[in-house]
Amino acid sequence: MRVEQISIFLENKAGRLAEVTAILRDANVNIRALSLADTTDFGILRLIVNDNQTAEEVLRREGFTVGKTNVLAIEVEDVPGGLNNVLDPLTSAGINVEYMYAFANTKGNNAIMIFRFHDLDKAISILKDNSIKVIKGEDVYNL
Amino acid sequence: MPIYNMDFETMPREALESIQLSRLKATLDRVYATVPFYRENFKKAGITPSDIKTLKDLQKIPFTVKQDLRDNYPYGMFAVPMQNVVRIHASSGTTGKPTVVGYTRRDIATWAELMARSLAAGGATSQDIVHNAYGYGLFTGGLGVHYGAEMLGASVIPVSGGNTKRQIIIMKDFKPTILTGTPSYILHLAEVAQEMGVSFEELNFKSGIFGAEPWSEDMRADLEAKLHLKAIDIYGLSEVMGPGVSIECYEAQKGLHIFEDHFIAEIINPETGESLPYGETGELVFTSITKEAFPVIRYRTRDITSLNPEPCVCGRTHVRMQKVSGRTDDMLIIRGVNVFPSQIESVLMKNREIQPHYQLVVDRVDNLDTLTVMVEVGQEFFSDEIKTLQNMEQKLSNDIKEYLGVSAKIKLVEPKTIQRSEGKAVRVIDKRKK
Ligand SMILES: [Zn+2]
Repeated sequence: MRVEQISIFLENKAGRLAEVTAILRDANVNIRALSLADTTDFGILRLIVNDNQTAEEVLRREGFTVGKTNVLAIEVEDVPGGLNNVLDPLTSAGINVEYMYAFANTKGNNAIMIFRFHDLDKAISILKDNSIKVIKGEDVYNL
Repeated sequence: MPIYNMDFETMPREALESIQLSRLKATLDRVYATVPFYRENFKKAGITPSDIKTLKDLQKIPFTVKQDLRDNYPYGMFAVPMQNVVRIHASSGTTGKPTVVGYTRRDIATWAELMARSLAAGGATSQDIVHNAYGYGLFTGGLGVHYGAEMLGASVIPVSGGNTKRQIIIMKDFKPTILTGTPSYILHLAEVAQEMGVSFEELNFKSGIFGAEPWSEDMRADLEAKLHLKAIDIYGLSEVMGPGVSIECYEAQKGLHIFEDHFIAEIINPETGESLPYGETGELVFTSITKEAFPVIRYRTRDITSLNPEPCVCGRTHVRMQKVSGRTDDMLIIRGVNVFPSQIESVLMKNREIQPHYQLVVDRVDNLDTLTVMVEVGQEFFSDEIKTLQNMEQKLSNDIKEYLGVSAKIKLVEPKTIQRSEGKAVRVIDKRKK
């Protein structure tokens, strides 16, 4: 159920993001989803890639601080209120979404979004109870 | 740990002081006769060497400061003819001219003995292999440790600073047991070792003797945890001799024994010049009493510390100086508050996740001093959530405010952004000075 996401600490300097993507390109790592959260001084780049180990290795070698977190990839119906169908049962169970971002899905009609929860297990069981589709890690890396 | 020179290092205070006085008198007679600067200084104070009858009388003599050495660049402070000088060292001149110091054959022998004493106090014996990562060259660190290790009979690997990856391989293959170098370079070494997948746990070090820049107790905890050895502080400066002026003992690790049979130490109020009693904190002042080529009389080190005369568990009778807590010229005045970089370091190091890589940037914006503390975000302290990092920034800023009374902005930066030197760390950038 879980998807491994890598995150990278970036200072807000021009061209830094492009450096990261170039490093990954040169290592033949394919970026499946990407989100940059930033403040005035620094940012955190979150990535879902097809080869975590290589990505982590090459980025560390280039001197980046790289973290790993488990997140969920959830299928969101492409209809009005689709996102609410996912969020409502979680909210009523008191589970907070720390952040979320979209996943570029070229197959299928529904959208896929990446969600970060502190209590992953609880989130998974609530989603299951509500018949919301959580996509398996290996499927996500190769979508 | 065996004491290298039992007779002198454990000499009763009374005998020690009587040796100090006779050596002091001989030194004063000699500098008065041979160094115009000192003769002038005595004249200005209206005294001659014969007016110095007790150790306390030393206070009648004017201080010598770094600028005096620069004014007499390069050889004006030498007390012997050049034909008797066998070695020259120089400090890097970050501002203005470098300071040039000389040694006679006997000075080199004295220095080697004091370094042998120091290494022994730090846990080294003739059985040990010393990995000497101090820079060799004009800097006194490399050769100072080298000669001392040889005199002790240890095996010394003169690896010097730099070429860090090769150093790690040497550490693995040659199995050194004593590590020497500047703490900032040693931390860099530890970092590179980690990147190469080499753990210090597998290496053979029992102690590390680190100096040439001040380091805190928190830094000791960090060094000892990362390097799996006992971290010993050594003190010295080229103007007074080089490394080996004072050393912590392996037994106590609490204060650095000053080799008082060769140096007289005083603590003064840096603002008024008044002498301070034992226990009080102020600027450390040295008078050398055995040096031939480059004696110094009441030389102001600009290092802040205090002296502790209490007997030590190791048996040495020599007075101990506290770890240097800062330098008078490092002292930053930020909106009227005195701040030493070492104090900020202590606050940062209380948070174990933080790597000891930081830099202070002081500036003046709209006539108001600003302090920015740059802290590198390492693996241990990184999070994928913005708020966690912002909380950390806030916590550090609050801690600095609470402990030091100054407001500081914390700026998180990527690893390796802060300048690493193979020798000393650049801890402060004061943009107000431009
Ligand atoms: Zn002791």
